Amino acid sequence: MSNPMPAKITPPEKKRLQPEARMIEREPYYEPIGDEIALFESAYTSQIPVLLKGPTGCGKTRFMEYIAWKLKRPLITVSCHDDLTAADLVGRYLITNNETVWVDGPLAHAVRIGGICYLDEVVEARKDTTVVIHPLADDRRILPMEKHGELLRAPAEFVLALSYNPGYQSVLKELKQSTRQRFIAIEFAYPNETLESKIIVTETGLDTETTHELIKLAQLTRNLKGNGLDEGASTRLLVHAAKLMQRGITPRAACHSAIASALTDDPEMLRAINELASSIF
Amino acid sequence: MSTDPRLTLVANEPLTAGALDDRLDSLLNPVLSSRRTAAPLAQTLAPLERHLQDFVLNWVEVICRTNYEMAYQFAAAAPEALKQLDPAGAEAWVIQAMDAYDREGLYRGGEVFKNFADYAALAGASVHAVGFEEIAHVLELFVCGLAGRRMKIESALHAYTDTETLYLPPRVAARATKDENFLIYKSLAALLWAQSRHGTFNADLNAACAVYTEPARALEWLNYLETVRLEAYIKRALPGLARDATALRGFAANDPRYAVLESLSATVYDSIALLAKLPLDAEVPRHTCMATLRPQEAAAARASRLAREKDELQSLLTALLEEYDKNSDESGEGDQRFSVDIAKAPSEDGKLAFDLRLDGNPIAPPDNVRNLLDSILQDLGEIPDDYLSPAGDGGVRKDKHETNDPAEVWKSVYHEGDVLFYNEWDHKRRHYRKNWCVLRELDVQPGDGGFVTATLAKYAPQVKQLRRTFEMLRGEDKLEKRMTHGDDIDLDAVIAAYADMHSGMELSERLLVKRRKSERDLAVMFMVDMSGSTKGWINDAEREALVLLTEALEILGDRYAIYGFSGITRKRCEIFRVKRFDEPHGDIVKSRIASIIPHDYTRMGVAIRHLATLLNAVDARTKLLITLSDGKPDDYSDNYRGEYGIEDTRQALIEAHRGGIKSFCITIDHEARDYLPHMYGAANWTLVDDVSRLPLKVADIYRRLTT
Repeated sequence: MSNPMPAKITPPEKKRLQPEARMIEREPYYEPIGDEIALFESAYTSQIPVLLKGPTGCGKTRFMEYIAWKLKRPLITVSCHDDLTAADLVGRYLITNNETVWVDGPLAHAVRIGGICYLDEVVEARKDTTVVIHPLADDRRILPMEKHGELLRAPAEFVLALSYNPGYQSVLKELKQSTRQRFIAIEFAYPNETLESKIIVTETGLDTETTHELIKLAQLTRNLKGNGLDEGASTRLLVHAAKLMQRGITPRAACHSAIASALTDDPEMLRAINELASSIF
Repeated sequence: MSTDPRLTLVANEPLTAGALDDRLDSLLNPVLSSRRTAAPLAQTLAPLERHLQDFVLNWVEVICRTNYEMAYQFAAAAPEALKQLDPAGAEAWVIQAMDAYDREGLYRGGEVFKNFADYAALAGASVHAVGFEEIAHVLELFVCGLAGRRMKIESALHAYTDTETLYLPPRVAARATKDENFLIYKSLAALLWAQSRHGTFNADLNAACAVYTEPARALEWLNYLETVRLEAYIKRALPGLARDATALRGFAANDPRYAVLESLSATVYDSIALLAKLPLDAEVPRHTCMATLRPQEAAAARASRLAREKDELQSLLTALLEEYDKNSDESGEGDQRFSVDIAKAPSEDGKLAFDLRLDGNPIAPPDNVRNLLDSILQDLGEIPDDYLSPAGDGGVRKDKHETNDPAEVWKSVYHEGDVLFYNEWDHKRRHYRKNWCVLRELDVQPGDGGFVTATLAKYAPQVKQLRRTFEMLRGEDKLEKRMTHGDDIDLDAVIAAYADMHSGMELSERLLVKRRKSERDLAVMFMVDMSGSTKGWINDAEREALVLLTEALEILGDRYAIYGFSGITRKRCEIFRVKRFDEPHGDIVKSRIASIIPHDYTRMGVAIRHLATLLNAVDARTKLLITLSDGKPDDYSDNYRGEYGIEDTRQALIEAHRGGIKSFCITIDHEARDYLPHMYGAANWTLVDDVSRLPLKVADIYRRLTT
């Protein structure tokens, strides 16, 4: 090696939005189910991070979009998976043009620009991610970036939000006490019938009568939770089914594709749900 | 090997009365006497074709294993029955009779044999017939969806419900396609659910019918009226099903006389009132999707459910009251503090809305209280005041149903806490005996912790060796170089790539390092034989083996659980908890290992079924069930010893395997070669011939199994 390449570090561009960050320009459709909006706003002003609890498809992500729009802050959503490491959140060096370039991860980026960082399904991520979440989530509000030798201090606008589905039975998917006790928790549940019907009608334009039947079916599948199904049909699935119906798919076929097959692979459960659907439609 | 044509001819010829007499005499000997011989049976069987004779003899032999009298009654009824039933129908008939015998005894079982004519309706068009077994699970889920709780589904000759269990016919062959036959099943299930959900049994039906000259006929009419009422309800709640059912029937019942039953607020009392206006001597209309009413059985189930729910509600309300009093400064006075406001009219799905009030203020009841109130409201239409007065001292009345007599357990309701029921495979019948084994999970009482210390001291040098071997196995973090994705830059790769690029070669994309934690995603269940035969040094060796094994497992960090099994007869199968999956390996577990003692017998099938259920609840990529055993499956009485037990165990292992569990057996029985390969599969067992070496071997075998 006669001519070792000197590692040159370029300073990060401070205010450029990365692709995963986005400003929500138009008001997203959101029906509050309780006082969650007021709660989140108070947490935001008090600089407390927020934990959103609730089953899948009950509107957590939509709520975050709504809040981002309301607070006029960029929203950075990270969908956590089981291979997501601390480096994925904080950032890493990449090589471009014979240089190593530091690239902020989504979390670091959100801290820099004072955005809302939303870690979706955080229990799925690797355990080492808690190392970077903890100092951000208490009153220190700092993000140490070891590799880069930098200590980011979160501005007042930055807010960290995690989502978490307590329905998981597995012990491995539990959120640790040391993590959860840093957050205020807002609980989400499936909206009640009137509200759910309003949501489906507004989102899809389906007539109220069919919507009513669809919700009835959802309730029947929610009855099966714990009896072979991990989760009943969520509002999201109902919206999908309603959209299919609006496109002219027959209700039975729509329920099969959007609800039964989406909920389970077990052939007998699949058949049972189809039978429930065909009993209603 | 015989090629003599005469022999094959003989094989197909019917057996003579004499030959049949000999055969039946030897099979049925215990229930024959000088007045009751096999000769008349043989006479009626002789004219049958050979394959039918074989069918009868074969089943006689099978039924003899359960009960000789049942076998005799079968042989007596079979010749007539086989004229009316096809083989599939006949088999359904026999299985139904045996189930009735298992459940309710000789009298009921014999009754089914005598009433074979009822099964003739089930025969025919066998290709398109739908059997109960095929659809039971789907319908159970279907009904669970409708009802919001698990209702049991069983097979019985006529469809009926006792409000806890839905009984459906063993076969439906009324229509020419499978879909239509299934639809009949589905309609029946929905109708029975509606009966229990919408208060058919809230009135005393027997009393209502007793005022007529022919009560049985009145009950049939009442059944019809209720069907009309509930079909109208189903039409509102499940319009799709109602449409399909009407299409199947080809006409819609539309009789103006019954219009009153089709209104939203119609109840069973409207049906009873209408009964008085009908010409009861007329023919009762019937169609394929009609069930029958059994008021007595429903009343019994309802009474026991109400008693149970009253107890439960009272203790829950007590807990609720304590909670509220704790949170509020002023505690209310008076006995009757809870009240329930019930909506006047039911909502469209027939549910009555209600509000629970405490001292006049509405409160939000927890889900379990709400469900109980809902269930009581379904039965009674109101919540009586005495249900709402909280139980006396702290409401500790939960153990009321606790009973230690296995025979009692067998009779009483299925809802008892802590008692589990498992099916057992009868290889001769080629069917499961339903809910055959009663299983309890018990704790091993912690004993002397000194045993563990002593064992560790005894094997000190080997333990050290063991630790080292297992530490080497432990998944360490690995740094994977030259990856396309990773946490950090692989400088070596970058430099090489730089050089490559300058010499005009292609630039590699693999420039990163990735830290990968190789995880052993493994859950293992140890099933330890705690039968009486392990008494003495085998038991010592087992316990020592467990001590060493847990040491090794703690090093590896694998998830594991240890359960012992034993029991005596099917009514007292016991599983002993030594260590649950979520329990840490602490002093309690150690002292439980020390106090594993021999108990009774080895009924393995039920133990495997239960532990497989527990293992299935764990989320792991690999699931292992390892059995430590000293011999064949065995139990006191009821034929478990021998082939039956081996076949049941094998079936239980096959079920476990279907659920993704790998099983392995470590045995010290020298004759294991004769039966273990059949049960566990050729490679899934090992024999430790020297018991004293068991403790060290087990850990060693485990290591080999999991790497």
